[in-house]
Amino acid sequence: MYYPPRSKDWLAHKLLLFSSRSAAAVSASVLVLAIAVVTLESLPAIRDIGLWRMLSDESWHPSSDSFGLAPMLLGTVLVTVLAIVIAAPLAVVSAVFRQFYAPRALGGIYRRLIELLAGIPSVVFGLWGLTVLVPLISRIEPPGASLLAASLVLALMILPTIELISATALADVPHHHYLAARALGLSREQAVWKVVMPSAVSGICAGTILGVARAAGETMAVMMVAGNVVQFPDSVFAPVRTLSANIALEVAYAVDLHRASLFASGLIMIIMTLFAFCCAEAIAHSRKSYRVGRA
Amino acid sequence: MNAGSRSFGRFSVMGFLAVFVLSVLSTGVSATERLMVTGSSSVAPIALEIAKRFEATRPDVQIEIQTGGSARGIHDARKGLADIGMVSRRLEPSEGDLTGHTIALDAVTMITHAKNPILGLDRSQIIDIYTDKIDDWSQIEDFKGPIVVVNKADGRSTLEVFLKYTQLKSNGIKSDIIIGDNEQAIKTVSTNPLAIAYVSVGASTYHIENGLPLRMVAVDGVVPNAKSLAEGNLPMIRELNFVTAGMPEGLTAEFIAFATSPSVADILDAFYVLPPAE
Repeated sequence: MYYPPRSKDWLAHKLLLFSSRSAAAVSASVLVLAIAVVTLESLPAIRDIGLWRMLSDESWHPSSDSFGLAPMLLGTVLVTVLAIVIAAPLAVVSAVFRQFYAPRALGGIYRRLIELLAGIPSVVFGLWGLTVLVPLISRIEPPGASLLAASLVLALMILPTIELISATALADVPHHHYLAARALGLSREQAVWKVVMPSAVSGICAGTILGVARAAGETMAVMMVAGNVVQFPDSVFAPVRTLSANIALEVAYAVDLHRASLFASGLIMIIMTLFAFCCAEAIAHSRKSYRVGRA
Repeated sequence: MNAGSRSFGRFSVMGFLAVFVLSVLSTGVSATERLMVTGSSSVAPIALEIAKRFEATRPDVQIEIQTGGSARGIHDARKGLADIGMVSRRLEPSEGDLTGHTIALDAVTMITHAKNPILGLDRSQIIDIYTDKIDDWSQIEDFKGPIVVVNKADGRSTLEVFLKYTQLKSNGIKSDIIIGDNEQAIKTVSTNPLAIAYVSVGASTYHIENGLPLRMVAVDGVVPNAKSLAEGNLPMIRELNFVTAGMPEGLTAEFIAFATSPSVADILDAFYVLPPAE
């Protein structure tokens, strides 16, 4: 739209342009600054300990000059993968139910419930896990605080993320595809799973990867239920420590190289998240016909 | 949008700005003296109560208390970010540039779930439990189930007290659950009959009185209670310190003198910590 120079609207337009540009610049520079600080702070660790030792050192005892991050790296990956394996199928089926099977009123209420679940603070999930889930698992096999407990709590937390994005992906498939499939004599099941689903699958994958990113970075709830012992777990009932829980547990007390190695593990997590987002973008754009689930 | 409502919007924004600027100015010119106190989360609740009482006698003073662990207390006092640092352990020789003022002594003790019949443990049993030489309660008492060893993350001052008492190394402990602070240890033990942890006597007494199913275990035959605490018989004791860079002056000195005077004795009692030995 054209605004004549010096008119009232022209001024408003310039003002809006200026403020939105500066807001964008500020948000972007905060991110760049955060990554720069984390990188800078972790330099001493990368220089003096080295990435190889961080991966190959046998254990994590910073006070005894042992900086092995591998058990926690594996812990993070295992907790995340298990959470996704539990949450993703539930979320996808629940999205399909909401879009194609639920009566309109029930579907509406159900959506509100899922949105509510997405809004619950993670520490509340942690508290529930610590006081209900951990004692339950402890009855099967002590100590209860375990890989399994952390994955279950995480699954509950990322379920709404995946569900909401999957439902959006399903809704974005033009409805006449479904109608045409039904008109050709396909059953509801066939129309949903053979016609609509293939078009929505990239959006669902993107949602799942966003879930992965959220799960890998989650700190408080995991710290409360995972047991936080630094070790390679030998079963789902064994306690594990994730990278994020490690930072939260120790950063207040860490100095020198110990502190720098915590920042280094933060850097590793940023790279992991970046990688997950790149995957999500790539998958979301892989099918040009339906661009859905943009992060 | 019409012209009228737009100008109204502009005026209300200016009004907000004016109020904001005025309020910033008014806090700037008021004659309040401020004291910044940061550090250990074990000292903070006690310091907060002492500060409240001090502020009641000196309305022109405002004391701000922030937590972040003993390391932050040391760091902030040294860098001048805080007037006083809170540190829940004795100062180390490398910290000679700081002056410590002990405000209280805190005891650390072993706790179990109330359903656990263990009433007492001695030092060698505690060591065996924390190194997995004893890994089932049935080896000590008529109570079945694997022992769930609760330990604290590296750097926590209760861990340091525990290590000093047991003479164990941090990497020699075989733990089943590692947690951050006293509160989390208490939550973990109160929901798990097989668990054992070490926590401050103050925190556990508070939660036992509030009905959590916990028991403080007698260590080396000494039952943790008000009497054994007062007599100083408990084996795991730590200092709760205020630290300053050099000798304190002015308001800082006044507050530290108040915090170490008998007028806060009832506050120390309420937190189950001891007044420092003369």
